[in-house]
Amino acid sequence: MVLQSLKLPELIQEIRGAKTQAQEREVIQKECAHIRAAFREGDAPQRHRQLAKLLYVHMLGYPAHFGQMECLKLIASPRFTDKRVGYLGAMLLLDERQDAHLLITNSIKNDLSQGIQPVQGLALCTLSTMGSAEMCRDLASEVERLLLRPSPYIRKKAVLAAVHMIRKVPELSDIFLPPCTQLLHERHHGILLGTITLITELCEQSPAALTHFRQVVPQLVQILRTLVMSGYSAEHSVSGISDPFLQVQVLRLLRILGRNHEESSEAMNDMLAQVATNTDTSRNAGNAVLYETVLTIVDIRSASGLRVLAVNILGRFLLNSDKNIRYVALTSLLRLVQSDHSAVQRHRPTVVECLREPDASLSRRALELSLALVNSSNIRSMTQELQGFLVSCPVDLRADCASGILLAAERFAPTKRWHIDTIMQVLTTAGAHVRDDAVANLTQLIGGAEELHAYSVRQLYSALAADISQQPLVQVAAWCIGEYGDLLLSGSCEETEPLQVQEEEVLTLLENVLQSHLSLPATRGFALTALMKLSTRFQGDNNRIRQIVSIYGSCLDIELQQRAVEYNALFRKYDHMRSAVLEKMPLVEHGESQDDEPREGKEEPWNPNKEVQSHPEPPASNLLDLLDLLDSANGDAPPSPALDLTPEDSLLHLLDLPSTVPTLAPIPGLKVFDREGLQMNLSFVRPPETPALLLITATATNTSKSDVTHFVCQAAVPKSFQLQLQIPSGNTVPAQGGPPITQVLRVFNPSKAPLRMRLRLTYNHFGQSVQETFEVKDFPLETWQ
Amino acid sequence: MILSYLKFVYKRYSSSYFGCSVENQDNELLAVEIIHRYVELLDKYFGNVCEPDIIFNFEKADFILDEFILGGEIQETSKNLPLSLFLMHLQSLPAT
Repeated sequence: MVLQSLKLPELIQEIRGAKTQAQEREVIQKECAHIRAAFREGDAPQRHRQLAKLLYVHMLGYPAHFGQMECLKLIASPRFTDKRVGYLGAMLLLDERQDAHLLITNSIKNDLSQGIQPVQGLALCTLSTMGSAEMCRDLASEVERLLLRPSPYIRKKAVLAAVHMIRKVPELSDIFLPPCTQLLHERHHGILLGTITLITELCEQSPAALTHFRQVVPQLVQILRTLVMSGYSAEHSVSGISDPFLQVQVLRLLRILGRNHEESSEAMNDMLAQVATNTDTSRNAGNAVLYETVLTIVDIRSASGLRVLAVNILGRFLLNSDKNIRYVALTSLLRLVQSDHSAVQRHRPTVVECLREPDASLSRRALELSLALVNSSNIRSMTQELQGFLVSCPVDLRADCASGILLAAERFAPTKRWHIDTIMQVLTTAGAHVRDDAVANLTQLIGGAEELHAYSVRQLYSALAADISQQPLVQVAAWCIGEYGDLLLSGSCEETEPLQVQEEEVLTLLENVLQSHLSLPATRGFALTALMKLSTRFQGDNNRIRQIVSIYGSCLDIELQQRAVEYNALFRKYDHMRSAVLEKMPLVEHGESQDDEPREGKEEPWNPNKEVQSHPEPPASNLLDLLDLLDSANGDAPPSPALDLTPEDSLLHLLDLPSTVPTLAPIPGLKVFDREGLQMNLSFVRPPETPALLLITATATNTSKSDVTHFVCQAAVPKSFQLQLQIPSGNTVPAQGGPPITQVLRVFNPSKAPLRMRLRLTYNHFGQSVQETFEVKDFPLETWQ
Repeated sequence: MILSYLKFVYKRYSSSYFGCSVENQDNELLAVEIIHRYVELLDKYFGNVCEPDIIFNFEKADFILDEFILGGEIQETSKNLPLSLFLMHLQSLPAT
């Protein structure tokens, strides 16, 4: 069944009428089949219609590459309608990546030299749109010839074709440079515009051209003057501005020419001022010209008065009701704020107004600009505004706003108290979005402000009592309460209303923090440590604290568990040291590595590689870090075997953490069994912190020709010892020195009695099952003394 | 809307959007003007242009554009010239 091929309008209608994607695809596929058939048949008169249909289909996104050769044929045809569609097809379907595009070079060449204007126009158009570098090189001379033709239509197109060529092949700029000066004298706006674009392109590409064209600055100024002064030309004006497109282009060229060049800049100063003041700004066209003027003024070496004028114009833009203009103004002001700071400052109130914009991109730019405008004189009011913004702003801007406020506060804070207040407020409103080091910064700040301890702890306590969900705030508050809890209870502070706080209330609050499901593990750590510190600060009974701490001894979170167990130990065995351990922290210098000596009598330096800024952490975390050091075996300073270390390390042992245990001088190993190539060796390790413990590693190796399988080792020791066997690494030792089996035996020998052990080995070797029992008596002295 | 190296400017006319992308250093307000001028041209040719007009005559819309903008730069700033040129070509000679 052969369907009649559709005409273009019908095709379009059918495609638009298709209700589903599948239907659309069907229609298109059918039609494409027709088109392909038509192309094959070579039906000349209808070809352009077929191609038009194909182009439509291509615009919708369907593959249309089979039309490329048809484009070529159509371009070569003498009929204008054919050529038109052919060139259109070439522009849409053929680009640099297609192999076929070079084939049209010849056609274009022929068409360019024909002398029929519309045809030449088409050819130039196509060349400008998709001309590749090779094509440009081939056709450069043709285009140059056309630049001098009498017809303005052709010249206009030729100039723009030249622009494209220069962009593709910069070397061609030599060819096109000379005609420019002459073309500048044109009156025809189109040619003028093209010429200016060409000159702009030339100047952007080569500094030599730039110097060459500086001499035309007066001419350009003249053009601009004519445009602005000569008044109304109905044909070219847009809402009262005469030819804004040309004006903007001239301004751009002036900008490039005047950049970094005193003389040229001076020549244009007056004109720029005139344009800036005379342009009507009620419509967008005027604003466009004004915007370009501002950009130019800013870029060249203009007089300072002119620059102020420019900034003022931008300020006026900010008040405009059109959002686009405000957007443009904010972006430009952002660029200017570094260089013309004081001028921009004058518009600060307007900028701050823009913070309240409902539009997200505007408020973001306003935020950036406001942050850039903060200085020591306006810090208080700006911070207030910014904090107001923080409360209402969209979520994605919160982080930026919060960190901006904090940074500004850091740089310009008038008083420490204000600073602390500000940070607290930011934490309360946007706690979840602040950067991680905000907490550390605040704790350090508070720590450093001696006179404000009482004040800060009170404020933080009230904030905490109100809301325990904002994590950074809770962390800081917990730390503070822990450090300065006694000040909290003393009840007198001039700066805030007297706040009577009972010990029990404080403890309840901290307990709530611990138990709340909103608290992060880190926060819980803070709270737990704070509780511990309070045990020395508060005069009352410590039972409650001890209770809480011991509950957490069995917490699932390893870190909390460690801390709790350590604190328990502090209560139980080392009560006498508790107050020393939990003393108030001295002030830490920002970013230095810190010695723990004054606090805990350890010789552990901070590992400076751990954090860029080492911040004070609650003292107990040092214990934790010590354990971490042991855990990760970083190669950090090994713990010197001082008495303080013992409790933590025995805890280490009790908790059975997978730590690498530092060894003393190696104890000699012992070979206990050797039969038919199967050997068993014992090696010994005695961790120095646990003198009663001996770790034996039994290694079974096989040098015979047959594998040893089903290998099981059992051991027994006298009653005064305790023995634990761990799981062996395997139960097969392959022949000829294959990987051995290792098994760890833990012997606990508190009474330091001479060690004896009976071992039984069962295995299969050489096809036989073997059982061997033997006693090992001659353990080295070091293993049990 | 801004990409890293391109800006996208659009203008809305009741139900349709006309957009163009410009380089970073180009004047966005001017881009809006360009869009408006092009729509004006189409309006003049089709007489109160509406969306189906453009769809069914897409190749003509393209030709008008070719008279207004060439190779990415504005070619003709006069209001009437592009259109008159285009109309001239419509009736143009079919053969050499």
